[in-house]
Amino acid sequence: MGASLIPVIIFTLLWGVVGIVLPFIVPKGPNRGIFQLVLILTASTCWLFWLCCYMAQMNPLIGPKLSNRTLLLMSREWGGAIPQ
Amino acid sequence: MQRFRMGAMFRSEQMTLCQLFLQPEAAYTSVSALGEMGIAQFRDMNAEVNPFMRKFVSEVRRCDELERKLRYIEEEVRRDDVKIPDLEEAPTAPNPREIIDLEAHLEKTETEMLELSQNGVNLKSNFKELKEMKYVLEKAQHFMSEECDLFTAASAFVFQQEESDSNRALIGGEERGRLGFVAGVIPRDKVPGFERMLWRVSRGNVFLRQAPLEEPLEDPATGQPINKTVFVAFYQGENLKSRLKKVCTGYHATLYTCPSSVSEREGVVRELRIRLEDLNVVLSQTMDHRHRVVQAVAKELQTWKAMVRKMKAIYHTLNMFNMDVTNKCLIGECWVPKDELQHLRRALEDGGKAVGSTINPIINILSTTENPPTFIRTNKFTEGFQVLIDAYAVGTYREVNPASFTTITFPFLFSVMFGDLGHGIVVFLFAGWMCLFEKKLKKNKWGEIWDIFFGGRYIILLMGIFSMYSGLLYNDIFSLSLNIFGSGWVMNIPKYNLSVESKLALDPAEGGYRGDPYYMGLDPVWQSADNKIIFLNSFKMKLSIIIAVVHMVFGICLSVVNFVHMKKYINILLDFVPQIIFLVLLFGYMAFMVVYKYIVFSPYSQQEIADDPSLEPWGTRCAPSVLITFINMVLVSANSKVEGCNQYMFGGQEEIQRAFLVIALLMVPVLLLGKPIYIKMSARRQATHQVLKPATNGDVSNNGIEMTGASDPEQGGHVQPRGGQDHGEHGESFSDVMVHQAIHTVEYVLSTVSHTASYLRLWALSLAHAQLSDVLWNMVFRRAIKIAGGMGTDGSFSGGNIAGGFVIYVVFALWVCFTVAVLVLMEGLSAFLHTLRLHWVEFMSKFYTGSGYPFEPFSFKGILKETNSLD
Repeated sequence: MGASLIPVIIFTLLWGVVGIVLPFIVPKGPNRGIFQLVLILTASTCWLFWLCCYMAQMNPLIGPKLSNRTLLLMSREWGGAIPQ
Repeated sequence: MQRFRMGAMFRSEQMTLCQLFLQPEAAYTSVSALGEMGIAQFRDMNAEVNPFMRKFVSEVRRCDELERKLRYIEEEVRRDDVKIPDLEEAPTAPNPREIIDLEAHLEKTETEMLELSQNGVNLKSNFKELKEMKYVLEKAQHFMSEECDLFTAASAFVFQQEESDSNRALIGGEERGRLGFVAGVIPRDKVPGFERMLWRVSRGNVFLRQAPLEEPLEDPATGQPINKTVFVAFYQGENLKSRLKKVCTGYHATLYTCPSSVSEREGVVRELRIRLEDLNVVLSQTMDHRHRVVQAVAKELQTWKAMVRKMKAIYHTLNMFNMDVTNKCLIGECWVPKDELQHLRRALEDGGKAVGSTINPIINILSTTENPPTFIRTNKFTEGFQVLIDAYAVGTYREVNPASFTTITFPFLFSVMFGDLGHGIVVFLFAGWMCLFEKKLKKNKWGEIWDIFFGGRYIILLMGIFSMYSGLLYNDIFSLSLNIFGSGWVMNIPKYNLSVESKLALDPAEGGYRGDPYYMGLDPVWQSADNKIIFLNSFKMKLSIIIAVVHMVFGICLSVVNFVHMKKYINILLDFVPQIIFLVLLFGYMAFMVVYKYIVFSPYSQQEIADDPSLEPWGTRCAPSVLITFINMVLVSANSKVEGCNQYMFGGQEEIQRAFLVIALLMVPVLLLGKPIYIKMSARRQATHQVLKPATNGDVSNNGIEMTGASDPEQGGHVQPRGGQDHGEHGESFSDVMVHQAIHTVEYVLSTVSHTASYLRLWALSLAHAQLSDVLWNMVFRRAIKIAGGMGTDGSFSGGNIAGGFVIYVVFALWVCFTVAVLVLMEGLSAFLHTLRLHWVEFMSKFYTGSGYPFEPFSFKGILKETNSLD
């Protein structure tokens, strides 16, 4: 159970680049300040939202309740053998 | 001059109060140059002087007269349906010599227009009369030659003027005399009344024939079409004739002489035709001439209007100036952004040069205790957000401007409520279209609602983009899901169970879950789950609390930036620290518990627990409710014990919670008493200080203690004006301060609870949005698919049918309409309003005073725009 490292690293890196690296390379100009602010805030809000989604599903305490038809479709389309 | 500078959005610009000394002859041109730049807000120096007692009243009157003339000319131009071209570039304000030219020109144009329209009216009324007469004659001819029994008798009587016994008998009585007639035209709506009146007056002895004119005539004065009717009334005797004429006058009927013999009438008609043709030629030539004149005028009209408008604005501004006692110069005061001072100087110099003045204008920078206006430079992107903030309150001078953060937090919070990839795309496409073609669309005048949408196009664009991202995370696209990364759930239920039960839950503890979550957003499996709402409720509620804490902590931290900037360092200790501790120790701790529970508690299978009994307290069964734990913490009661589980989530939790609660509650008296006591103590220190060293400035005692540490280095040697609120605070007595602080404390403590709860609207609205779109899909579109596909309840497809295709076609249109109207427009509006509230109340109340007044520079651009919108 728990998180796998790869998605956490990828998404944190992605938003880290947007929020920390990009603000440094915004071209100099009259709008630089607002650009930087937009980038930083975008990255932090989006990352926070993503993280909440991820953490909420790391250790699921309840499972989805599905109809048996959906379950059969699930095993056919998404894989997973039906135990006898 | 609307340049945008680094950090310009973060606070309002620094302003300086300038005193201008202008040469009277250069004043007009100088103010004109300032109006072009739009950088100075003038203050009225003669507030107590009546508007009609001021110096430049006669000039303003002249402008009024010019405007009147322009209005008249414009009216005439509009009457001719000539298009007035829009102004591409506004002309500069006319200089005094140009004013005289303009006046003369307008005078000439007005007279010309007056003459032209007078001539036109004369000609037209002449033309109308001739036309009416022609009609009368033609119709009369028709009446008289009509093969009507009654009429034959009458006409024979009249035109042959033979007196026979039979005829006389027809008229009745021995009343002798010729049967005469009058002919004329009368407005059609008056005909019934006219007829009745004639009947009454003559006791039925007037014979009236009428025929409506096929084409309406034109009213010469107004150009309106009027419907008229030709009538011929036959009468007998002079007595009746005079009565008849009176009635005709009363009913505004125009009478025309009509020769009684056919040949004469025909002659007159022929003559009339010739005259009409001649008149037509004259008339069309006149109209052509008028049209030419009007068209020439129309081209210039907007330029003239702009010039006069500017001129009037300049004189109005000059009226705010004071005359020096020696009458040698005009003195004015204005607020100017500090970094525009050199532009101000240059504008004044240019103004002086324009009239050949050799004396340089004098600019004096004044120090004042007054609050400067708030001026925030915006660009087309930030403008909309600034409008949202200003709609709440205009920021206090130099305080942190929330609009800069709103650029992202606003669309983000909106998207948390509106999150749906499909709906986000709809919003994004609409806003993208507005932003891409903004230059072209700007000119459109499609009503007020369009203006609102267009003004907020960048807000809507960002709302669309963020909604798309949120939609991806919620895994919602028109209430369906995408399975991009592969679901984390595995179908592992034995065949036997599937055949016995219709609804089955996947158990994460018993292999139903792969072990790592769906990479981005919610797992697609939840979309079709029956217990989807239970899962979403828990997730969205917790998300709301986390966002609430982060957003509010951010807001409170911004207040530090304000305190540092205003050099009220003591407020950091007495305001910020207790506030942040109170929030973080209560709700911040709650958010922490949410995350902690996510990480620590796991679904463990029976086997795992049997293998390692220490895992049992961390299993599904033992996971406590965060909300209950939090309530217990506040009520200082212990958590309930469950067999085999830990009473608390971590060791020492009870003690830590109690400590947090006590510290948080201790912050209340700090917040309540800290500032009043500080003010009292510093006032005492100040008093002793003053005894030792008497004040040279009367202001000092008024400004209180903070004044000493408050002279702003930015202002150079000048005394920095302190905020109006500050003034009030220090002028207040101790009890006032105390009451003020008590209100502030109660408000903060209560609002911490209520504001956190208020963020739960994020959960409520996003759930409502998702459910509504789910209902629309399942109730409307999915049914149509079932019908069209001929899908049975057992899941078998029996092939499509043609009727089904039509059903899908119709239902799809229906579904699109509802999606756009209800889900995107209405839900979008409601989410927008809730977001606005979260910013105005929950976020901004933490740091924003909003007690400033806007900077309204004297700018021709603004003045012209204003008048255009009034038109």
